Amino acid sequence: MPGPGYLNSDRLLIKGGRIVNDDQSFHADIYMEDGLIKQIGDNLIVPGGVKTIEANGKMVIPGGIDIHTHFQMPYRGTTTVDDFAQGSKAALAGGTTMIVDHVIPDPGCSLMAAYDQWRQWADEKSCCDYSLHVDITHWNDSVKQEVENLIKEKGVNSFQVYMAYKDYYQMSNSELYDIFTFLAERGGIAEVHAENGEIIAEEQTRMLQMGITGPEGHVLSRPEELEAEAVFRAITIASQTNCPLYVTRVMSKSAADIISQARKKGHVVFGEPITASLGTDGTHYWSKNWAKAASFVTSPPLSPDPTTPDYLNTLLSSGDLSVTGSAHCTFSVAQKAIGKDDFTQIPEGVNGVEERMTLIWDKAVTTGKMDENMFVAVTSTNAAKILNLYPRKGRIAVGSDADLVIWDTDSIRTITAKTHNSATEYNVFEGMELRGAPQVVICQGKIVLEDGNLHVTSGVGRFIPCSPFPDFAYKRIKRNNIVNLAVLRAVPRGMYDGPVSEFSMSRGGTPSASARNSPTKQPVRNLHQSAFSLAGPPTPDDIPIRPAGRRIVVPPGGRSNITTLS
Amino acid sequence: SAYSHSGLDSSERLLIKGGRVVNDDQSLYADVYIEDGLIKWGRIWLYRGGIKVIEANGRMVIPGGIDVNTCLMKHYLGTQPADDFLQGTKAALAGGTTMIIDHVTPAPGESLLEAFECWQEAADKKACCDYSLHVDIPQWNEIVKDELELLVQEKGINSFQVYMAYKDTYQMSDSQLYEAFSFLKQLGAVVLVHAENGDLIAQEQRKILGMGITGPEGHPLSRPEELEAEAVFRAITLGNRVNCPVYITKVMSKSAADTIAQARRKGSVVFGEPITASLVTDGSHYWSRNWAKAAAYVTSPPLSPDPTTPDHLNTLLACGDLQVVGSAHCAYSTSQKAIGKDDFTLIPEGTNGVEERMGFVWDKAVAMGKMDENQFVAVTSTNAAKIFNLYPRKGRIAVGSDADIVIWDPYSVKTITAKLQQSASEYNIFEGLECRGGPVLVLSQGRVVYEEGKLQAQQGTGRFIPRKHFPDYAYQRVKFRNQVKKQQGVTRGLYDGPVYDVVPTPKYITPAPSAKTSPISHQPPPIRNLHQSNFSLSGAQLDDNIPRRSGHRIVAPPGGRSNITSLG
Repeated sequence: MPGPGYLNSDRLLIKGGRIVNDDQSFHADIYMEDGLIKQIGDNLIVPGGVKTIEANGKMVIPGGIDIHTHFQMPYRGTTTVDDFAQGSKAALAGGTTMIVDHVIPDPGCSLMAAYDQWRQWADEKSCCDYSLHVDITHWNDSVKQEVENLIKEKGVNSFQVYMAYKDYYQMSNSELYDIFTFLAERGGIAEVHAENGEIIAEEQTRMLQMGITGPEGHVLSRPEELEAEAVFRAITIASQTNCPLYVTRVMSKSAADIISQARKKGHVVFGEPITASLGTDGTHYWSKNWAKAASFVTSPPLSPDPTTPDYLNTLLSSGDLSVTGSAHCTFSVAQKAIGKDDFTQIPEGVNGVEERMTLIWDKAVTTGKMDENMFVAVTSTNAAKILNLYPRKGRIAVGSDADLVIWDTDSIRTITAKTHNSATEYNVFEGMELRGAPQVVICQGKIVLEDGNLHVTSGVGRFIPCSPFPDFAYKRIKRNNIVNLAVLRAVPRGMYDGPVSEFSMSRGGTPSASARNSPTKQPVRNLHQSAFSLAGPPTPDDIPIRPAGRRIVVPPGGRSNITTLS
Repeated sequence: SAYSHSGLDSSERLLIKGGRVVNDDQSLYADVYIEDGLIKWGRIWLYRGGIKVIEANGRMVIPGGIDVNTCLMKHYLGTQPADDFLQGTKAALAGGTTMIIDHVTPAPGESLLEAFECWQEAADKKACCDYSLHVDIPQWNEIVKDELELLVQEKGINSFQVYMAYKDTYQMSDSQLYEAFSFLKQLGAVVLVHAENGDLIAQEQRKILGMGITGPEGHPLSRPEELEAEAVFRAITLGNRVNCPVYITKVMSKSAADTIAQARRKGSVVFGEPITASLVTDGSHYWSRNWAKAAAYVTSPPLSPDPTTPDHLNTLLACGDLQVVGSAHCAYSTSQKAIGKDDFTLIPEGTNGVEERMGFVWDKAVAMGKMDENQFVAVTSTNAAKIFNLYPRKGRIAVGSDADIVIWDPYSVKTITAKLQQSASEYNIFEGLECRGGPVLVLSQGRVVYEEGKLQAQQGTGRFIPRKHFPDYAYQRVKFRNQVKKQQGVTRGLYDGPVYDVVPTPKYITPAPSAKTSPISHQPPPIRNLHQSNFSLSGAQLDDNIPRRSGHRIVAPPGGRSNITSLG
């Protein structure tokens, strides 16, 4: 029987498993030491006293990466009920060994300060490795500087902007253009909350005037067209600025369709459906039970169209949608009740960090839509590639982190709030019978779940820095830059020397905003010289690119120090 | 030829004999009798004297064309287009178009009503064919609302254009568009949309100028067709939300047209108007070495550099995905275009096309086998009359309709050149193109105004044709949807569980600007719950009835709530 000593052992051997990566599956043993995978193969020569896990032919997969969580998120003086300890515990229980949380600075406040705050919270409590997205909630020169520093020094490569939440988080088209341009030059990923905030504001007013104050007003005022519209617009802006785009929370068929069409036209865009949109629908907003209805409130809302989950699972399987998050953001019923008389005041968020992998297995793999390799891709590998963490995360390979899961495809369990690891009273998947679950979860080379028992340790989670210019997105972007510049050439023609009509600038006419301040009359001059070098082959001395696709044979210096749990 | 006429006699009686009458729904051999500018029952009058007989010899007799988009007075930086109402309507008639709908384009801050009157006065003096007016909305405020109401109710205007481009001048925000759509829908007007994303255009223009590109090629480079498609998509989304018919003026690109076609397939009430230029030529000319030629093509949205665009648009027009053809005729002389010789953003926008419109639709769509003659009548005349509530007075050959009639020769061939055009501008963007099909004879208000290449138009004979609101073609579906779409809230007991205390000044908040103003509102009567059925669909939750939950059901609504019934 494995005693406590075994649990804390730094050396582990998984025997007889079938390793499933996103590209292939094969039978091999895995030997782990110091939190890293050291050997893969048959008849490995391992030191004595190694704890051995018999996989008995079961799947061994890279631990899941939940690319979208909101743990311990402040909201109007309160915080979400799952802090980093509770949230990451739920993650591990579901087979997710890394989470990526969103830093949300108050508009007008420092991004860096918010980042530091989140780091502190997560370092104190997280039970698994984590990275951070930073949300850009306002835009000016000082924010620019902070974004630059976050990319260069703080290991953040993805930033979320909002097209909704009018007069608060919402960015104008011009600001989005500026931000996307800025991020594209620095190798960042532009993440976007895509909903048309202007129209939502109008619709909310209309609903409230009609006397609709309950949670059904949430979905009635945020119809899926407004999500699709914003996705379409975001893709247009990203294509103009040649910036990789990542759409967080794909909740509807129409939004997913727009992404899939854009990908077919060659746009660099990634779509992230979440556990809730893959598992349930928006019919519950009409529940007579206010608390239940309110527990489904999230934005964009779940679609009332009951065929949505199946459709999104299909697009996820075909590769049109790329990654899955949970957008886990849990409030208690009392917190949701802030909006009991006005749906616009209901705090937004649903659970899903624990159910994510199981739900995808059940809805996509067991239904025959998706194979096991694609399952690994959408739950782990693709996220690692986008965040430039691949192959350290998202792959079972020598040199990679020892975050892995033995997956039991036969397990069946019923989801209920009574047994889930989240602190919230409701579970939006309540009563669902789901097939597939983790049997053993190994995080940082330690067993954290075995025989149904969780052994997590708060505070062991490390911050994993993400570097800019992930190949997965930027290889194409760089090529596009070169192609675009070939098109943007002035026609060499003689000066027009014919008559010119008298005109006055003060009166009407077809206006052009830039007319007044346009730098004209110097056909030779090129203010954007710098843009050329950007597009050209990357100059190593300018841009510190760390190619993501290179295997790390030797663990980076200093890493081996982080080995003990105590 | 076998006919004669006296153009000035308004009580003139005419008989078109032996023609094949082609309407949008059918073609038939029949004679057409005309008196007092109207088509009348023939038999009764046939034997009265003084009838001029026109022998059609089996040729097509079609309703005169309606050009839904002209800009004959759109001043630019103090200058007027080269073609005014006289020149422009002459060109229209020469091409078989017997009615135009011109855009009144008030400058920002200017009164819509005054601008309208100014246009009407000018057109009454000069127009040679019947006309109507669209009014463009240059800004959104309370005064504009009052003026719109007046224009609809008293002036016979039922279509207004809003702009999604031209940042800081004409452009409206999404909120303003939502309000404008809602308001115009109440008035029963058709919303015309200039669909381009002005914010992004402004950014792109700065970028392109910054790169040293100042010539006309900068125009399409800074206005890629994606920005058109994006705005079309957004306009349709707004239209769907408000449940209001949306009409996209100047469909210039494949992607914009596809967006419209897809939306129609999903049931949106949306109409698309390609123009002569987008159906015939493409944007490759912006790269011409001849500055004046390149500038002649400058219009917004720009012609697409994709050379397969015209063919695609003609196909969609033929299959009904696009409905009407305008010309967006707005002719500026080369010296006017040269205002932007050092900066493409200053080039006045507009191309010719009012004269060539019908000929080219025939050439590109009918002669190519894409479209039949009835659909030809639909897209050049009938659909426009229906959308803008002129039908069947205009757009149809029927008893009681206006005698705006064209005898069409499908086999005539001519080569387009600026030397022979009616328009006063020096360039013709269709220069050198051969065009099959053209009018042999044109009747406007029952008078022969064009025959065998000779124009006999009379300045000032054009009448303003008022148009009623709520055109059936656009609004019938909208009315039914209004009835279907009535949304209902759920009647449920008040939540009486614990509520988290929030700080009065919200720090982190999902903001709702409307939240403050919302009253605690009366609940809709608890008659029916449309979504009741969905509960069984999703299955009862395990914990639905667990009492520890704070959200358990309250059977009787708490006292006092029923008193709160009015919104104040």
